[in-house]
Amino acid sequence: MFRPPPRASGYLHTGYGEDLALLRTRTERASLAVFVLIVAAFPFLASPFALDLACQVFLASIGALSLMLLTGYAGQISLGHAGLIAAGAFTTGILAREVAAPFWITLPASALTGILLGFVFGLPSLRLRGLYLAVSTLALHFVVIYLGGEYETKRGFSTGILIDPPSLAGLKLGARGWYFVLLMAAAASLMICINLLRSRSGRAWRAIHVRETVAEALGINIARYKLLAFVISSSMTSVAGCLFAYYRGFVSVEAFDLFLSIQYVAMIIIGGMGSLLGALLGAMFVTVFPYLIEALLRLLPNAQKLAGDIFAVNYAAFGGVMILFLVFEPLGLVGIWRRLQNYFLLWPFRYKPLAGARK
Amino acid sequence: MQLAVNIVVLGSIYSLIACGYVLIYRVSRVLNLAHGELMMLGAYLVLATASLFNGHPGVALAAAILLSLLTGGLVYIFLMRKMTGEMVLAAILTTVALGILVRGIVILIWSAQQQYPAQALGVSNPSLVLFGGARISFWSAVLVATTIVVYGALFVFLRFGRWGMRMRAAGQNPLLAAQRGINLHGVYALAWSLSTLTGALAGILMALDSGLTSSMPVIALKAFPAALVGGLDSFAGALIGGLIVAGAEVLLIYYVDPLLSDVVPFLVLIAMLVVRPWGLFGTREELDRV
Repeated sequence: MFRPPPRASGYLHTGYGEDLALLRTRTERASLAVFVLIVAAFPFLASPFALDLACQVFLASIGALSLMLLTGYAGQISLGHAGLIAAGAFTTGILAREVAAPFWITLPASALTGILLGFVFGLPSLRLRGLYLAVSTLALHFVVIYLGGEYETKRGFSTGILIDPPSLAGLKLGARGWYFVLLMAAAASLMICINLLRSRSGRAWRAIHVRETVAEALGINIARYKLLAFVISSSMTSVAGCLFAYYRGFVSVEAFDLFLSIQYVAMIIIGGMGSLLGALLGAMFVTVFPYLIEALLRLLPNAQKLAGDIFAVNYAAFGGVMILFLVFEPLGLVGIWRRLQNYFLLWPFRYKPLAGARK
Repeated sequence: MQLAVNIVVLGSIYSLIACGYVLIYRVSRVLNLAHGELMMLGAYLVLATASLFNGHPGVALAAAILLSLLTGGLVYIFLMRKMTGEMVLAAILTTVALGILVRGIVILIWSAQQQYPAQALGVSNPSLVLFGGARISFWSAVLVATTIVVYGALFVFLRFGRWGMRMRAAGQNPLLAAQRGINLHGVYALAWSLSTLTGALAGILMALDSGLTSSMPVIALKAFPAALVGGLDSFAGALIGGLIVAGAEVLLIYYVDPLLSDVVPFLVLIAMLVVRPWGLFGTREELDRV
């Protein structure tokens, strides 16, 4: 399940420094440099629409990465992810509205809310497993949404809370500024996840995922690491919620319905369980998918007639794609990517590598 | 008095829906989160059959019910059969995805606007006065009666019917059941059909009572706590759980805050998960001690 990416040959390390390095070969360094160049040049070439889409992808990736940490690695199912995003967004909204707090207060405050809520969401996981855990997170999602809705109606913001854009010493973020801020946030989340997963906590989570009894026999404090997974995942998610609130400038409970939770779960399923790359690919796929469908519908004849149905078509297509992935490609986009990699690594032969050969 | 009637009506709605969850979970250990959407589909099918059999409301209703029976079986044969033996999460998510698909298709065909199947069928919904001055609409009364009939029929079927016995056997131990020559896929398909049937009954009667929109699955989601409170594999539990959840909901809305309506079932659910996750009458499942 946790196979390292395939390499053409073995790389032997002779020191701890080499062992800890994230980038090991010249090709890896070069491809990363090219990737960074492309990502940095993107906002200067892309249209405002593509820029907005990229920002949405970055926001979604933070949420997807944190859910991947929890579900893909620690094996704790959560159907309440939208509730956590809502919690971060509402913490930001309420603080910004009530006490006019600047972003350097609301951001840590959101993270703190996430930590607290993660603890609450995580408590059932100590006793419940599988289905029952999923249901308990689902229930907590509704409770969080209810509290948000209650606040909105009681304080008279029944349509939603408006938030002023964040500013630092009079400087405000433009579209490109947002792009780089969200890119940095997503990159930071990715680095946090990578480093957590290759340290003690990551090993503990994987052990818990595979078999709890054995993990406990190995001396892993199950309760502690399960709660840790929930706390870290939900604080990251809450920060994503905070950024979402500032990016949109508007918070309303309608944005955080159950469908959003399902979308996040779909991201990690479609991307591929147990892979950070999968979380990123899934976030990109799920975020871009509705626009793709819309563009495809426009290509059809009598597009105007279909305009009213775009929402429904999106909905149905999303369900259909999710089913296709679940039934035919349980490894997700990462599975497809690895197969491609294997194909070219082994070319012209067609045998799969023996180690980690699956199905 | 009116409060008691409201509780009974809401309780039977929840119980009738919850027995669909219980049927599938008891037989195949799969939680069907698409139940609400399949229920809604049943109600929309009435609209289709009403225009087909114009002027024969009885025939239209029977046709819609038969169609939903068929839908349930087809869902199992074409989709859920592939998920047998997969991870819990994968099976649940497949049903979630199915729900999204069905909802999208329903909106695509019938639009998201409110519809009134009662008008399409040409039936009225008179208000009946019960003892003590309480009122109940005709179709709500029918719903309460249907719930009682469905539960009675399910009891007899599972207790004495040949296929009912097979279903119980498959639920208790699929491996042994298969070795005794029970066609597991047949049993699972039957469970899906019956579950969709009961869901469609609930959906149709609710739609006849108060109209139909694409937000109907929310009700089924609220009925899920009823199934869990009673125990996910117990029919008596689903009946009592429905009444408990409905009672809590109606009373809290009446005395505390109407906004609570969406969240009460889930509060009950959390309370139950903390105390007795396997429900009032369910089979005890593996639990971790803290």
